[in-house]
Amino acid sequence: MPIIQAFWAIIRRDLLLAFRRRAEMANPLFFFVLVVTLFPLAVGAQPNLLRAMAPGVIWVSALLAALLSLDGLFRSDFEDGSLEQMLLSPHALSILVLGKIIAHWLVTGLPLLLVAPLLAVFLGLPEQAMGTLWLTLILATPLLSLIGAIGVALTVGLRRGGMLLSLLVLPLYVPVLIFASGAVDRAASGLPVNAQLNILLAMLLSALVLVPLPTAAALKMSVN
Amino acid sequence: MENSQHASLQASELSCFRDERLLFSDLSFTLHPGEVLLLEGANGSGKTSLLRILCGFREADAGDIYWCGSKIAESSYYNDMAYVGHADGTKKELTVLENLKFAMALGSAGKYDIEQALDKVQLAGFDDNPVHTLSAGQKRRLSLARLLITHNLLWILDEPFTSLDRQGIKLIESLMAEHLAQGGMAVLTSHHDLSMADLNLKRIHLQACQ
Repeated sequence: MPIIQAFWAIIRRDLLLAFRRRAEMANPLFFFVLVVTLFPLAVGAQPNLLRAMAPGVIWVSALLAALLSLDGLFRSDFEDGSLEQMLLSPHALSILVLGKIIAHWLVTGLPLLLVAPLLAVFLGLPEQAMGTLWLTLILATPLLSLIGAIGVALTVGLRRGGMLLSLLVLPLYVPVLIFASGAVDRAASGLPVNAQLNILLAMLLSALVLVPLPTAAALKMSVN
Repeated sequence: MENSQHASLQASELSCFRDERLLFSDLSFTLHPGEVLLLEGANGSGKTSLLRILCGFREADAGDIYWCGSKIAESSYYNDMAYVGHADGTKKELTVLENLKFAMALGSAGKYDIEQALDKVQLAGFDDNPVHTLSAGQKRRLSLARLLITHNLLWILDEPFTSLDRQGIKLIESLMAEHLAQGGMAVLTSHHDLSMADLNLKRIHLQACQ
């Protein structure tokens, strides 16, 4: 089906673009690693404190890294007219947008997923919490891309949308942060985490369904 | 172009305001296959605004646009039109070929394949060049090549001759003549007067109402 072809084409194109601009794309990952590694230096050699802070530190850094990468989601397409061409495509814009969000997650979320366990060991996160950390990252980093997409779509037409974007998106990120770091925290003390994981899963599934349509509508408004 | 005989673009009583200023009002026209509409007017007279309304990017403040008799949102309009605007709509990090392949995936296949289209716009041999290495005129020809590889009846072109040399302008004019001869239509703005005499040309002169 042509719509599925277009969906794959957009993912492939965005991945290719990310590869060609890899220095720029590595920025959020670099930021993530930097923030997490700076914490022990600032806090000092207090293994117990670091271990207790690990879930929060990792999750706050992941969230800020995601926020840092958001603006690039639609910015260059908006500036070079590619977005106009997508709007004029006979295919549903929301599907194309979903493709872009998935590509964005593959480029910015997936690397965090791969590096996070290493940094968790570095902070001394107990082994029994590793699995949960991974699960929360798998469930919640796509959520960060999805929620962020609405904010970016609303602000991409503004000349200085950066500040506004943070203001719009951060409050929506807070529940994700609470449930994700809470789950890792509980897992570190050996408590069950099903409730938190289920809520994250529910948020992810609803976002997958609910985000593309308003994002497409917001993009149409921004191009106006 | 099976249904090109019945295709028509009709605008009825369009008006557009911009920042409380009336750009145009009660603008109506009908475009049939083989016809080209040239929008003229000074800078800021609303040419680009009209094109963006025709593309559906902007809503007209009054009036409607019909494609083949039905409103554009309810017709096959977006399957039948193509737009080349001020912004090229190409990715400068990608090669010519990658850009055109993506354009093809967004639409449906047209008259020519990529190879032939590049030949037509005299970019043959540039397939693997990243777009940022092309000159301004070559970039423009690349974005016009998009018109050839996707299916479309209506071309909407905003200043298509910008940064093209005399030969490039002739080239685009001949492509346009071919498109019109095959039952296509075109709406364009240009400061350059179309030089072809045998063109079925309509003109609208926009004058900013004070």
